[in-house]
Amino acid sequence: MSVRNAVVIHPDDNVATVLVAIDKGATVVWDTPPGVVAQEPIPAGHKVALTTIAPAQPILKYGQPIGVASQPIAVGQHVHTHNLTGQEV
Amino acid sequence: MRNHVVVLSSVSCANGVVDGIGREVSGVKAVTHIEGCGRGFTDVALATRTLVGVLRHPNVYGALAVGLGCEVIKAAGLVQQAADCGKPLEFLEIQETGGTLRSIATGAGIVRPMVAAAAGQAREAADFEELMLAMECGGSDSLSGLTANPCIGKVSDWLVGQGGRVIMSEITEFIGAEAKVAAHCDSPDVRERMMALLADQRRRVKDSLGPLAHLVIAPGNAEGGLSSIEEKSMGSFAKAGSTMIRQVVEYAERPTARGLVVMNTPGSDVFSMTGKIAAGAQILLFSTGRGSPAGSPLVPVVKIASNTRLFERMPDDMDFDAGRAVAGCSLDELGAELRDLVVEVANGRPTKPELTRTELFAINSTSEPF
Repeated sequence: MSVRNAVVIHPDDNVATVLVAIDKGATVVWDTPPGVVAQEPIPAGHKVALTTIAPAQPILKYGQPIGVASQPIAVGQHVHTHNLTGQEV
Repeated sequence: MRNHVVVLSSVSCANGVVDGIGREVSGVKAVTHIEGCGRGFTDVALATRTLVGVLRHPNVYGALAVGLGCEVIKAAGLVQQAADCGKPLEFLEIQETGGTLRSIATGAGIVRPMVAAAAGQAREAADFEELMLAMECGGSDSLSGLTANPCIGKVSDWLVGQGGRVIMSEITEFIGAEAKVAAHCDSPDVRERMMALLADQRRRVKDSLGPLAHLVIAPGNAEGGLSSIEEKSMGSFAKAGSTMIRQVVEYAERPTARGLVVMNTPGSDVFSMTGKIAAGAQILLFSTGRGSPAGSPLVPVVKIASNTRLFERMPDDMDFDAGRAVAGCSLDELGAELRDLVVEVANGRPTKPELTRTELFAINSTSEPF
């Protein structure tokens, strides 16, 4: 399965945005194969980790920090409000 | 462009008459709101500026302002402040005219000839430098920042290159993207003003929502995959394209600079749209991921779907499928296609909110009514 189903916006990013719902065990593919294997279901439009991200490390999208990890995140895990803490307003 | 005949309330108490005239006369735009009385000085000035902006709007052929008689914002005063634009502007007061039904009949008699005269006018060519676009996003999802907003950014870059004006706003949606916004400011003055607005808006959001301030990401945004205000703001700011912010203006204030301009509005869509339209924007580009149907009584609103699924699911509301950007279409191709659509719309092609008559209008306020 090598059909592109995700987008990585900036080369520095440590997350990809998936374009369709991804099942657990399916491969997330963007421009450059081989991609990563989803460790859990990723809803369409949501983010998946491309590297391991330690707590308090920045999560990068658009090449910019969009928050920090609130717990250890493994490659292929869903990244969202449960494990990403954004700025206080 | 458009050449509407407008019936406008000066105060909410006139809304019944304005809607009545709207039902009576086909082809008029009835514009109502909840301002005009019982507000502090700042909000009276803001509402007055907005309403005068409607009367002066380039898409308006002529207008009737309807007041009650005992309110703060008078219909006659609005007409007087817009008089130098030289178009047919009239006013009436309900108390003076003898009540609701007589006012509807009198008002209908005033606007009927305006509708006929407007319909008799021929279209004239105009240069793109006379065009003012507004940009908006509402009901965003995580693709908005990847597809629809950068596509709008391409159109903004094009019009700025033609010498036109483009207004973006929604200061709430800049929160968390401060570094990127600062790098987009054309001068130290603009940067200072921009950062002051942003700090102010942060404070306002925090005062309103307290520990729940991060909920300025609406629940629908989070379901769509946006995890933080920074993520939403980075995506929202993609509308700015690659040009620099030349000026910062207040709500409903007409920009004097050409190029990209930022207006001080909240993120809430209809308030924000109304401020930019009252400043003279003639077309509004609106990106949405979840599916907002919002339109305006005064200007064509081009609805740009961030994903193909939305474009297919809400066909009566969506004008453009920017979701194709993730299926192999380049942003340059899509930007050129959207630009062509904007030109067609300027030449008279109706947008979906014009066809569904989704005509929303709401004036911002900064404090409680008293």
